[in-house]
Amino acid sequence: MIEPIIRAFIAENYIFDSLQPGSSDSLTQMGILDSMGVLELIMFIEERFGFKIPDEDTLPENLDTIDNIVHYIERRRETAKAA
Amino acid sequence: MSPRYERLLHDSLLLAAARHPDKEVLVTGGQRYRYSELLDAALRLASALRRQGLSRGDRVAIFMDNGWPAVVSIYGTLLAGGVMMVINPQTKDDKLAYILNDSEASFLLSDSKLARVFGPAATQAPSLRAVICAGPIPEGAGVLAWDEALNAAPAYQPAGTIPVDLAALIYTSGSTGNPKGVMMTHQNMVFIEGSLVEYLRLQADERILNVLPLAFDYGLYQLLMAVHLGATLVLEPHFSFPAAVLKRVEEEAVTVYPGVPTVYATLLSLHKNSPLRFPSVRRVTNTAAHLPDDFVPSLRELFPNALIYKMYGLTECKRVCYLEPELIDAKPGSVGQAMPGTEVFLLSEEGRLVPPGEVGILHVRGPHVMPGYWRQAELSAAMLKPGRYPGERVLCTHDHFKMDSEGFLYFVGRTDDIIKTRGEKVSPVEVENALHSLPGIQEAAVIGVPDELLGEAVAAYVVLLPGATLSEAEIKRLCLSKLESFMAPKYVYFLNELPKTGSGKVRKQSLRELVTT
Repeated sequence: MIEPIIRAFIAENYIFDSLQPGSSDSLTQMGILDSMGVLELIMFIEERFGFKIPDEDTLPENLDTIDNIVHYIERRRETAKAA
Repeated sequence: MSPRYERLLHDSLLLAAARHPDKEVLVTGGQRYRYSELLDAALRLASALRRQGLSRGDRVAIFMDNGWPAVVSIYGTLLAGGVMMVINPQTKDDKLAYILNDSEASFLLSDSKLARVFGPAATQAPSLRAVICAGPIPEGAGVLAWDEALNAAPAYQPAGTIPVDLAALIYTSGSTGNPKGVMMTHQNMVFIEGSLVEYLRLQADERILNVLPLAFDYGLYQLLMAVHLGATLVLEPHFSFPAAVLKRVEEEAVTVYPGVPTVYATLLSLHKNSPLRFPSVRRVTNTAAHLPDDFVPSLRELFPNALIYKMYGLTECKRVCYLEPELIDAKPGSVGQAMPGTEVFLLSEEGRLVPPGEVGILHVRGPHVMPGYWRQAELSAAMLKPGRYPGERVLCTHDHFKMDSEGFLYFVGRTDDIIKTRGEKVSPVEVENALHSLPGIQEAAVIGVPDELLGEAVAAYVVLLPGATLSEAEIKRLCLSKLESFMAPKYVYFLNELPKTGSGKVRKQSLRELVTT
C-alpha cells in the first residue's frame, strides 16, 4: 500500500505536531513541504519505488497532495508493468 | 480622491486605478484581477481596519502566503494609515509572538491554513485589537472573517499620513537570536521604487513574475514596482514546482524574472536535461547571494532577449548597487555601482577611505537608508554612522568589499556569521537556540557550509545529553517546530564534545575543518 509509506515519510521528516494532512490538502500550501521538501520527496519516491521522475512531471498535480502522489506512483507502476 | 503624484506608497495604486481601472494588476491562484478591483478591496479592508480602531502608525502584521489576500492586505493597511509588516508564513508560533510583541502590532491578518501557528501566537500578543482571517474561521473570540471585513464600504478617508511616516517594518534575522524590524518610511520606499525602475529600465507593459516571499523585500518590491509602473504582477507562492512556474512564465508572457542563485541553479539543471527557452523575458535579476559568472552563458540561452542584472543589497536600505547588464562580461564578479540617487564608499576599520583594490567596509548614503531598527537603539547605532553633515546617518553594511580603479564594487565577505542559504538569511544563534531547547541536546553549534545548489547549507554540530538518543532526522524535524524551513539544518553531526577556545567559546573554524567524513 502506497499511501502509508508516503504518509510515514512525510510525518517522520516534516511534521512536528499532531497535524494530519488530509489526502487532498496541498502539502506546500499547508507549509509542510517547501522547495527543499519537494526535492527530498522526489528523491525518496525515486529510491523507494525504483523509477526516475522526469522534470516535466514535477508538477503540483502529481506531487502536491497525498492523493496526487499515490495516484502518480500507481500510474508509473502501471506503465512500467505494461512496458 | 486621486493624488496628483506618488508621494505616499499607496498613491501609486490610487493613480493607476484612476488612469486604467480595467488593466490587469495581478495574476495569481488561477485568477486575474484588475486595478479597480484591487483598489476596491483594499479600500474596504482599510475601512474595516479603521472601524476596528486602527490609528495612523499602528502596525499590521500580514501573515499569509503570496496571493490575493496578501496583496489586498498590503495596500489596505497603507490606505488605512497603518504600517505593514509582512511576515514569512513559514514562521512558527514563538517567533511570530516575538514579532507581534516587539512591534506591538494592533492587527494580525492571516489565513485559516495558518491558524495552528497564529492561534497560539495571538494569545501571547496583548497589543492585538483583532485578527482578520481569510478562509474558514477557527474557533476563538476576536477572529473576524475576511469576507465580512471586506463588506465594509470602500470609502476613502485619507489617514493623514505624510511621507516621513512609516510604511513598513521589515523583520530581518540578525546575529543575535531575535529578528529586528527595519523601519521604512513612505519617503524611503517611494524613492526606492523610482530608483529601481530607473536602473532596471522597466516600462508600463511589464509582466513581472514573483515567486519570492512578499515578506522578503526583494519579493515585496516586485509588487510595489508593478503597481508603481501600472504594470502586471504574476504572483506565485513559491518555487517548489519549477516546471509549474516555468509554464506560467510562458503562458503569461512574463517579461521580468527576479531570482536568487538557487533558483537559477535549479533552472540550469532543468535546462541541461532538456533545453528551455523563455523569449518573452526582457529582464533577469539576481541578488541575495553571488551569481556565479559561469551561470551567465546558460542564462543567455534560457533568456535570449533579456538583460541580466547582478545586484547587491541589504534589507536596511533595500538595495545598494547593480551592474549595468552591458558590462557583465567586462566586469566579471562585480556587483556594479550605486543605484541612482545614492552613493557608496569603502572605509577601513579605522574609518579612513580605502584606495582602489584594497578591502574596506561598504558604507551607503542615500534616501533609501532606514531610519533604524524598531525600538532597538543600540543595534541601530551599530549600523547607522554619522555622515557628511550634522545629523545625517550613513549605513554601515558591515560587509567587506573591494572597488576597482573605475569604481566598480566586488563583494569580498561578511563580517558577521550570518549564513545565506537559498538567498535567505539564517542566524546561527537562532538555530542554536532552537537546538538547545530540544530535550536531549546538551550543546549545539551551527555554521554554514558551501553547497552547490543552496549557496550555503546550515550544518549543526550537536552533543547529546548522556543517555539521550536522537537521530539526525528527528533533530531536523524538531527544528521545523521552531524555525522556518530554510533555517532547519541540512546536516546534523554528532560529536562527543564541541571544540572550544581557551576562553570556552566554540571554535567554529575547527567545525568547518571537520566537515567531510
